[in-house]
Amino acid sequence: MRNFFRILTGIAAAAVLSLAATTGAAADPLMINGAGATFPYPLYSKWFYEYSNANPGVRFNYQSIGSGGGIKQITAGTVDFGASDAPMKEKEMAKLPGPILHLPMAMGAVVVVYNLDKVESGLKLTPDLLAGIFLGKITRWNDPRIAERNKTVALPNADIVVAHRSDGSGTTDIFTNYLAAVNTEWRAKVGQGKAVNWPLGIGGKGNEGVSGVVKQTPGAIGYVELAYARQNRMSVAALRNKEGHFVEPTLEATSAAAAAAAKTMPDDYRVSIVDAPGKDSYPIAGLTWLLVYKDQRDEAKGKALVQFLKWAIHDGQKMEAALDYAPLPKSVVEKMDKTLRRINYKGKSLY
Amino acid sequence: MAARSGKISKDLAFEKASAFFASVVLFLAALLFAVLLRESLPALRKFGASFIVSGTWNPVLERFGALPFIYGTLVSSCLALLIAVPLSVGAAIFINEFAPPWLKAPVSLLAELLAAIPSVIYGLWGIFVLVPILRDVFMKPVTRYLGWIPLFKGPVYGPSMLAAGVLLAIMIIPFILSVTREVLATVPQRQKEAVLSLGGTRWEMLRIVVGQHCLPGIFGATVLGLGRALGETMAVTMVIGNRPEIFSSVFQQGYSMAAVIANEFAEAGGLQLSSLVLIGLLLMLLTLLVNFAAKGMLSKMVARASRGI
Repeated sequence: MRNFFRILTGIAAAAVLSLAATTGAAADPLMINGAGATFPYPLYSKWFYEYSNANPGVRFNYQSIGSGGGIKQITAGTVDFGASDAPMKEKEMAKLPGPILHLPMAMGAVVVVYNLDKVESGLKLTPDLLAGIFLGKITRWNDPRIAERNKTVALPNADIVVAHRSDGSGTTDIFTNYLAAVNTEWRAKVGQGKAVNWPLGIGGKGNEGVSGVVKQTPGAIGYVELAYARQNRMSVAALRNKEGHFVEPTLEATSAAAAAAAKTMPDDYRVSIVDAPGKDSYPIAGLTWLLVYKDQRDEAKGKALVQFLKWAIHDGQKMEAALDYAPLPKSVVEKMDKTLRRINYKGKSLY
Repeated sequence: MAARSGKISKDLAFEKASAFFASVVLFLAALLFAVLLRESLPALRKFGASFIVSGTWNPVLERFGALPFIYGTLVSSCLALLIAVPLSVGAAIFINEFAPPWLKAPVSLLAELLAAIPSVIYGLWGIFVLVPILRDVFMKPVTRYLGWIPLFKGPVYGPSMLAAGVLLAIMIIPFILSVTREVLATVPQRQKEAVLSLGGTRWEMLRIVVGQHCLPGIFGATVLGLGRALGETMAVTMVIGNRPEIFSSVFQQGYSMAAVIANEFAEAGGLQLSSLVLIGLLLMLLTLLVNFAAKGMLSKMVARASRGI
């Protein structure tokens, strides 16, 4: 009987030892947590997947809960990085426990989509026409003000049905930011925000909601993300940019807008790139940022995060076009390299 | 004696345990209410009672009022009931009383399957199938000839209060239908046979039996459906048009309380968030009110029905 117990203890001890050994060998992959914007989520998950494959010691957990949620989580310190499609407001930054860096990762554009019988492409709009339509001042497709700019297009004698996002969204923020920048009446009456008081129209939830309304309603016009419009082959309007050129929404035209804006990029990167100068620039473009504290509290995690960021702005940029994001212009990447060196643990750079 | 007292103490323990579980339910409800109240305090302080009567919803200027949402919730739910109740009661009577046996099982199975479909699927189906059909087959011709009636005024776009009402009706039919069938099945066969043997027609039999026996049950089923319609979120937000404005026409867009919470909660902060929570609190109170009113009416009806028999 005593022997039996001895054997049993032996087995137990061996089990405990082997358990300890296996957990030790796997060396606990470092888990980096993030939360925020949904718009860059497909890009980020591709990055995390590729980066973790190349660096098995690091894992990522990203919750795409929306930009507002990302700002709340990073402010509370429950995640290691946040993500947002809109830069933080001064009021929000005042609540932070320490200085934060806005790190642009990619660019997107907001595209005006429409549903007109026999007009698959070629619609051209000026800033005032677009604002007029979304303010409810231009209500028919064959309005002479639209016809004047679209002489080659057979515009129907039909009502314009306006569609917009009903959920709070960075896409709406960029779109209304643009309208407020180019049209004084819009600025005074509606303003800019993730959700606004629309003068008219039908609200759709998400990009799929807006495109659902546009696709199902003859005569509809709305706005969605560039990637979404491309993947769903929707009819898109060319917009007149600051220098008077009509520009189709493409990845190149979006990058051109960022390159033009890069010349005056502030050091904190909190900048709107709508209505950017340059003849090739598409006017409704925006950056999406990762939010990272300058002073990291955990050396190992901070180091891993900075290494990933370094990889993202160099190797990661090559994956953007395939997923319909516009990569950062070279000048911004160079500037970012300097910024990443500022992320530190107790004064020691983690770059 | 010892065994007996052991039994009693076991009983006591069981009683205490079940009381504990019951109090957990109460505690959770109280907690829910308390949290909603606490989070909505900033909006309550700022807007007070004007929140319920104001029709402005402007996140940029931070001015909020809930009237269009309350209106949308009530109107879309009432539309749903108007469509769903006659349909499901009629269908229940047919299945229980007239349908040949081979038809009974598949029809009731299909109706119950309707209840198992997730609401987001209903919403997608609403956008891509129901709304275009309603628009082209019903709304456009009606506006053309009856557009002078405020209720049917154009222009017709598709997503509308009516679309939400019809979609909700389809979603609550299985509930009302299956409860009504259960209620009809409780009528003693002998009573029905008695009416028939006195020379009554089937219609008379149904009128007497249903009128006397089943009205409270059918009313209960209706309230069940109403409760579901009031709180339905995803499907409604996908077809109602999400426009915080009050139109007389059911062909125009609307917005519901649950829909605005679902739409704006994720990106809201400050006063907007607080206003959304306040709408949630109002929705909870509205549902409670409807349920209490229904309970009161139900007990009156039951009393009248039992007196009649």
